[in-house]
Amino acid sequence: MAKDQKVMQSIPVLSSSKTKMKHKPKHLRIDQIAGYGFIMPTVILLSMFVFYPFFQSIYLSFFMTDPLGNVVKFVGFQNYVELFTDKEFLNSLKITFLFTVFTVPTGIFIALILAVLTNNKSKGMRGFQFIFALPIAMSVGTSSIIWLLLFNPTAGVLNYLLNVVGVESIQWLTNPDWALLSISIMTIWMGLGLDFIILLAGLQAIPDDLYESAKIDGAGSLTIFTKITIPLLSPTIFFVLIISVINALQAFGQFNVLTGGGPMKSTNVFVFSLYQEAFVNFQFGLGSTRAFVLFVIIVLLTWIQFKVGEKKVHYQ
Amino acid sequence: MSTQSQAAINGHKQMKKTFNLKKFVQTTVHYLALILLAMIIIYPIYFALSYTFMTPQEVNTATPQFLPESFYLENIKEVLATTPILRFILNSFIISIAVMIGEIITGSLAAYAFAFVQFKGRNVIFALFLTTLMVPSEVTLIPRYLMMGAFGWMDTYQGLIVPHLATVFGIFLLRQFFMQLPKELMEAARMDGAGHGRIFLTIVLPLSRPAIGTLGVYSFLNTWNQYLWPLLMTNSEEMRPVQIGITMLQDEEFMSWNLVLAGVSIALLPSLLLLIFGLKQLVAGITAGAVKQ
Repeated sequence: MAKDQKVMQSIPVLSSSKTKMKHKPKHLRIDQIAGYGFIMPTVILLSMFVFYPFFQSIYLSFFMTDPLGNVVKFVGFQNYVELFTDKEFLNSLKITFLFTVFTVPTGIFIALILAVLTNNKSKGMRGFQFIFALPIAMSVGTSSIIWLLLFNPTAGVLNYLLNVVGVESIQWLTNPDWALLSISIMTIWMGLGLDFIILLAGLQAIPDDLYESAKIDGAGSLTIFTKITIPLLSPTIFFVLIISVINALQAFGQFNVLTGGGPMKSTNVFVFSLYQEAFVNFQFGLGSTRAFVLFVIIVLLTWIQFKVGEKKVHYQ
Repeated sequence: MSTQSQAAINGHKQMKKTFNLKKFVQTTVHYLALILLAMIIIYPIYFALSYTFMTPQEVNTATPQFLPESFYLENIKEVLATTPILRFILNSFIISIAVMIGEIITGSLAAYAFAFVQFKGRNVIFALFLTTLMVPSEVTLIPRYLMMGAFGWMDTYQGLIVPHLATVFGIFLLRQFFMQLPKELMEAARMDGAGHGRIFLTIVLPLSRPAIGTLGVYSFLNTWNQYLWPLLMTNSEEMRPVQIGITMLQDEEFMSWNLVLAGVSIALLPSLLLLIFGLKQLVAGITAGAVKQ
């Protein structure tokens, strides 16, 4: 922020120096018009499609609605009471939590390994970096279809490989004990590209001479990794952690294509239950209640992660 | 103990001789690990592409095949002929390009104002914009959906495009870049009597091509890969973007694997090409907020 200030002050016309009092009103008026004019398209679009719907969503959460989304009756906190006494909703919170625990740490761990292995100037590294970044081009739609076929119990390659090593086939998507794990595996794969790109950029930002001097001091690769790489990379890991958790809470497409929330509601994650409530049952009020709870969870998580992060994360 | 330390000393003595061997082993293990990991990660994509070129007989064998026997093009021909996949792709292109251009226009205008124009409430408005980064799109989904119905924008291009024409991420990205531009250029233009419009168009925009490229690649790919919003917004087949269209193909019972995967490969092609040619821009965009410099 201090930098912004400097930039502003170094543009003479924009700074309100007292010696130029005569010109001040004119410049100011031009600046006012230009400033508001330039941000106007964004202000209109954000007001219509973010700010208004945000408050409307909170508003709707206190009402009963008809299938067209019209407000029928004010019900106060009844939607919220209903929500938190609804076993299915509490179950979907639990599933979302498990999904986050399954996908986020594993994904970051694998991506970190990939980033460390490719962060050098040996031959072919650019090729490997490209391959490890590839999943980022994959959309949730196409990835889900590919994995649906990989998970196929009779002709899919996963069960084929299991059978080759003498393990019995798994009903990846139709067994309630496996479905969430299967989708987690697919989700980890889909998220690897993003995590990898960010972590690799973080590694590349660590100056080489730090490694050089550590080597001269006789540090082994493990010492270098735990004493230099991890501390200096911690802000980046922390950032990846935040966006991964938020991404996990928002997951929807793979559940819609692969399991439809089943079997036996075992993959009924948060956004899928919101989608069901609002766009299948047409309960927009109850759906909005879920939307607001999601918002509160994400704000809280971001806040907690920042509070914890501030203490534990090593900033340069 | 003594034998151990003896061994250590011997080992130390041999270090010089065996050094190259050790390094060779290390390098080999490093590369083997990389190759194995690369094969696992690339497999799902390879699977889709290779099945695209397999004959139905190859696909229907008991064991999964790993290499197509020939460069069989019938699947692609059939999927193009029997499904509206070209229409899906056209829809996705129209939507993604419109959103990309819109985001660049609204984003660069707002970023210019936040970076160079001193107006009342600037910092407050900027902070207010930034708070929207904490509101996931699912939170505003229901009212936005109802609004589209009220506008009569269901199943239309504008319903798929207009709500995404402004992003705070884009403004943030461009503003960061604008503030690093050499101030002397703008001062000189001011001296020549240029206004904000001219400085924006003739100095800031041309100098910001790298950042605009980054935003462009990023927003195109994001829009191309969208799922939930187009799923809600489209009812008719001819309005579906490719991500929705392709998952609907899979629902149809008669579709065989190689046809579905031929469709997937066609849908993947634009994003893969974009990744090959725009990876640098994409990385710049993704890491804009991640790595402290």
